[in-house]
Amino acid sequence: MLEITLGHYLALAAILFTIGVFGIFANRKNVIILLMSIELILLAVNVNLVAFSSHMGDLAGQVFAMLILTVAAAEAAVGLAILVVFFRNRGDIAVDGANMMKG
Amino acid sequence: MLQAAAFYILAASAVISAFMVVAARNPVRAVLFLILTFFSAAGLFVLLGAEFLAMILVIVYVGAVAVLFLFVVMMLDIDFATLKAGSAGYLPLGGLIALAIAAQLALVGFAWVGADGAAVHLQAPMPEDTHNIAALGALIYDRYVLFFQLAGLILLVAMIGAIVLTLRHRDGVKRQNMHRQVNRSRGEAVEVIDVKRGEGIG
Repeated sequence: MLEITLGHYLALAAILFTIGVFGIFANRKNVIILLMSIELILLAVNVNLVAFSSHMGDLAGQVFAMLILTVAAAEAAVGLAILVVFFRNRGDIAVDGANMMKG
Repeated sequence: MLQAAAFYILAASAVISAFMVVAARNPVRAVLFLILTFFSAAGLFVLLGAEFLAMILVIVYVGAVAVLFLFVVMMLDIDFATLKAGSAGYLPLGGLIALAIAAQLALVGFAWVGADGAAVHLQAPMPEDTHNIAALGALIYDRYVLFFQLAGLILLVAMIGAIVLTLRHRDGVKRQNMHRQVNRSRGEAVEVIDVKRGEGIG
């Protein structure tokens, strides 16, 4: 219990991942919270990668985690840009109307 | 002992604030709890010995991504009450799926064992004599330089994409037209007037 092992970090990452997935369902209509839930999921993956990297003594996992961090930041930027354009055209951000983006 | 206490405090703060992100009624509060989650995760990364990633998490996520979220939440005039109204019906389904995923992850977690030869197949063993940031720097600028360039390319594409998406040309805004400015000739810019003495111009 007082010895913090890899299993503790994996359990934490699993809980964070589950909360992120739950958030996608609980806030189905609010795209901003959806994007935040995706950030939580990616953070859980990062915790996993860093925990394994630290446990195995292998730095490659941290390089991977950096790449995921980059992709998550890019995804947030593009997602929020799409959200802003969507809001300009519709006046709200309900996901129900998202099929209007088909053009 | 101290490490365990730090882990439990940071983990509890991460889990509670992550739950508040998805449960908060007010999106501004959700963003602030997201920032707290990232701070807790950064603390955990420090605990794991990944100092560079911890600092990157604070700088990139808290400094850029979370502020971007906050900016969008405050900039767009969204009626969040109506958005929240219909989503309560999905809570049972969401809870069920979350429970299923948690059960699956727990099954994997209990059955998981490390392979025997895993320790010899390390891609980039941590050097003993240097600290995390120097070791990571030596790795990403040398062996994983293509990864590093790829990450930069992804950011470039995201930047251009975000600008292209949100840029719009409004009518009625005066702008500098470089081409017209450069191609202006003397004939249309200068007029020579013969002024009579004592009268002035018109």
